[in-house]
Amino acid sequence: MSDTHDYKQIGTRPIRPDGVDKITGRANYGADYSLPGMLHGVVLRSPYAHANIKRIDLGKALALEGVYAAVSGADFPDVAAGGMGGEGGGDFKDLASNIMARDKALYHGHAVAAVAATSRELAIEALDLIEVDYEVLTPVMNLDAAMAENAPLLNDKIYTMGVNPKPEQPSNVAARMEFKRGDIDAGFADAEVIVEGEFRTPTVHQGYIEPHACLATMNQGGQATLWCSTQGHFEVRTAVSKTLDMDVCDIKVIATEIGGGFGGKTVIYQEPVAILMSKISGRPVKMVMDREEVFRASGPASATLSKIKLGAKKDGTLTAMSCWMAYEAGAFPGSSMAPGAMCIFAPYKTDNFLIEGFDVVVNKPKVAAYRAPGAPQSMYACESLMDELAYKLEMDPIDLRLKNAVEKGDQAAYGPKFNEVGLRECLIAAKEHPNYSRELTETQGRGISVGFWFNAGMQSSAEVHINENGTVMVIEGNPDIGGSRASMALMAAETLGVPYEKVRVLVGDTETAGFTNVTGGSRTTFATGMAVIQASQDIISQAKQRAAKTWEIDEDQVDWQDGHAVPMPGVNADWEPLSLAKIAAKSGRTGGPLLGRASLNARGAGPGFSVNIAEVDVDPETGKTEVVGFTAIQDAGKAIHPAYVEGQLQGGAVQGIGWALNEEYVYDDKGVMQNPGFLDYRIPVASDLPKIDTVIIEVPNKAHPYGVRGVGETPIVAPLAAVANAVRSAIGIRVGELPLSPPRLLAAMDE
Amino acid sequence: MGSFAYTAPKKLEQALAVLNKHAAEGNRIQVLAGGTDLLVQLKSIDSEPRTILDIKKIAETSQLTFDGDHVFIGSTISCAVLYENAELKEMFPGLTESIDLIGSTQIQGKATLGGNLCNASPAGDTISALFVNGATCVIANESGLREMPVDEFVVGVGRNALQPGELLLGLKLPKPAANTSDAYLRFIPRTEMDIAVAGAAVSVSLDDNGVCVAARVAIGAVATTALNVPAAVEALVGSALDASALQKAAEASSAASSPISDKRGTEEFRRKIVGVLTKRAATTAYARAKGEG
Repeated sequence: MSDTHDYKQIGTRPIRPDGVDKITGRANYGADYSLPGMLHGVVLRSPYAHANIKRIDLGKALALEGVYAAVSGADFPDVAAGGMGGEGGGDFKDLASNIMARDKALYHGHAVAAVAATSRELAIEALDLIEVDYEVLTPVMNLDAAMAENAPLLNDKIYTMGVNPKPEQPSNVAARMEFKRGDIDAGFADAEVIVEGEFRTPTVHQGYIEPHACLATMNQGGQATLWCSTQGHFEVRTAVSKTLDMDVCDIKVIATEIGGGFGGKTVIYQEPVAILMSKISGRPVKMVMDREEVFRASGPASATLSKIKLGAKKDGTLTAMSCWMAYEAGAFPGSSMAPGAMCIFAPYKTDNFLIEGFDVVVNKPKVAAYRAPGAPQSMYACESLMDELAYKLEMDPIDLRLKNAVEKGDQAAYGPKFNEVGLRECLIAAKEHPNYSRELTETQGRGISVGFWFNAGMQSSAEVHINENGTVMVIEGNPDIGGSRASMALMAAETLGVPYEKVRVLVGDTETAGFTNVTGGSRTTFATGMAVIQASQDIISQAKQRAAKTWEIDEDQVDWQDGHAVPMPGVNADWEPLSLAKIAAKSGRTGGPLLGRASLNARGAGPGFSVNIAEVDVDPETGKTEVVGFTAIQDAGKAIHPAYVEGQLQGGAVQGIGWALNEEYVYDDKGVMQNPGFLDYRIPVASDLPKIDTVIIEVPNKAHPYGVRGVGETPIVAPLAAVANAVRSAIGIRVGELPLSPPRLLAAMDE
Repeated sequence: MGSFAYTAPKKLEQALAVLNKHAAEGNRIQVLAGGTDLLVQLKSIDSEPRTILDIKKIAETSQLTFDGDHVFIGSTISCAVLYENAELKEMFPGLTESIDLIGSTQIQGKATLGGNLCNASPAGDTISALFVNGATCVIANESGLREMPVDEFVVGVGRNALQPGELLLGLKLPKPAANTSDAYLRFIPRTEMDIAVAGAAVSVSLDDNGVCVAARVAIGAVATTALNVPAAVEALVGSALDASALQKAAEASSAASSPISDKRGTEEFRRKIVGVLTKRAATTAYARAKGEG
């Protein structure tokens, strides 16, 4: 169906609706909102990575002139345990303890108290007056230390979930999970070639440029209004209601423009603190993190260790795949180990596999979702080892993958059977791409990797309002983090048959838009897009009714063509086509304004496959890697706005290149992060990067009217291994730990 | 950020009077040129009271002159202005490339050579380039002007030789002899917006046969201050910078370094690459001195 569509607007590249405000500085982000009488809230953070909090005295801070509220964990309600779901996972009780420590500080930077005062400077001064007695404990800073016997415990109530019978002793291992199929031992026995490897990835941050920011105000009736930079204001509302024991109908959340999130803004930090201090003070409270706080207390993504083994026949056919993988969850359970485990072997037909995953707490900030959470780490391990397998088999790495690539009808390692997927198409496009065969110098190397993310559906709502002149207003509930207003407008315009320029899109707040899940899981263009299309179809059906009424014929005698109601072929009526504008102009006489709507729980999100080609040049004397070429190929199903799909592919590549080469949290022996700023936490700058070539493959997803599959997350999955494999090819050595920083590579080359 | 007093006198004597008053009363005073280090410190390091003395309005600090044997570079001239100066670039290509490495394009519109020197970061890019060009610091105090070789000026991490009541008026560089040129290289994991993990500056003078008759080698970010490396000079002088001379110079720089391990690199890594940088900077300086650069 989709591939035979003759699209008029979908697939074009118009200017995004939010573009002018953004490039001229008019767009309002989280920190841009203010209210009269507003206070500034700041947070006191633990100077220790692991400590019992024995006593907190807010008295002197509260006594300071100009301080209107001061709170610590004791001021917050007790929160019942209960799963949060969504991309981030975790538990509301843990979320509450992360927002404000109760009796234990679990990482350096953990919030232990907060103050609201008439100025930020005054509030900071007041922080110095808060007295806290700590009993300092030994920090547990990595997987090895956390999983060691007799390791100090972060939480003595953690007994490994997923182990039967329940362990007798508590530990730092919060959960174990297993995926398996077939007979792993027989699979390895059947193999003619076996490769094994251990791969480590560091703690990394999402690196959004806009720090977390919010403004809260509560009236005397207990109703709160909250402006915040978030990927999902409905989930913020839920989380605030749980952590402050409020009714959701008493919380209005307005999502501001957002300066990057990448999964890290699917959770909350300051919002309940600001609301509580507004309640206490009777004034609005604004809270804005600085960059150091963002690094010390928000995000990050899990550091991981994967021990992986692959068995294959001499012709490359995989016979067995196994992986033991451990993910750091940070201070509270709930890493992205499970999605990592779901993705790791998903690209390959495999009869025998075993995946064993562990969720491990350490004294670092609680991890948050980061773009395809968990998948970049696990697939870095798998795709690095696939590369080694190709060397051992003396096979082209793309041919090896083609030999095993999943296609329609194959059962994914994580359960479902694939429908149409574009992995083979991506692999063939990679092999045929000129960048795969261009000549390299002696110090250069090329690597490829497959990427995968399953993509999500979830709940969305949309309304389409027709203005009196036939122009269109779309109201939906997904904060726009990657050009989604443009794609919504294009889908509405295509469906209704009106020009894109006549469509406006509002990201409604929790009181103007119907319930809509987070902008995450690469679900927005797919699921909310589907709601917008259905709401537009609702308009068409109403418009046809109005035309029938006007023409005094039966409704089933009216058709819709190119934005006009026309009599059905064969209907004996001599009527001029009625445009949406004409119908809208007379809507008062035909039944009132046209308002279409749809709400749904979208099923059938099409999984996203990608193939990346990285070309690097490694300086043999300094170990510095320059990425000289990068090609991102991905199945988008159907690219609604190709420029923004290309932008997603390029952005994911950039983040993945940073993860592969330079990004990492550096801690001292007390568990204090040494590089909490963009100077020494090195995301790539523009001059670090080559032009990133993109190829959009379109294998339509039949579950979406226009064939869309999510594209936002898959792009970050393949770059880690693509770069690592390119480095391996350049220097002839496999370094199985990221980042492949100059000191690490030089040391390996000198060995 | 704590509150502070701000003053921007137009006359050198007024500035010196302010400095002396604060010195006499034991009150904290900090000199502002471009402010690219100072303003960051103001925001992040402490909120103790201070006076900020802005010296940009003092005419002498913004002079750039090429009179006689020397070039004088006023201490508050922005890096962008210096980098755009063709005459300066022609004479000291290495020094100007070190100036171009400070911060970003925007930062270079404010940052100054004098500030980079006075801030005395071990990783300051211009400092080793000033070393190899034999720069002299021109220091003003109430008794007049005094001069001090730049390698005596930086005395420790963030510490310079200015006494209370003194300020850096500018830098004096001897115009390079014939067949002389310089180069500066630093190592950073990225391509820009970073701080040197190690740096090396080399200046060489050649005779008509391309043999090195004089040289200076200085290294940065591998000790508490930039360091001269006489053993590397010894390796280069008398050679045509053949592979063996370069290798010896590299080894001399590595041996002279005493780096630390931190978030920017390990001790071992820094020691190795400061040698590599020395070799590469020497090669570039040599080519420039021969007119090939």
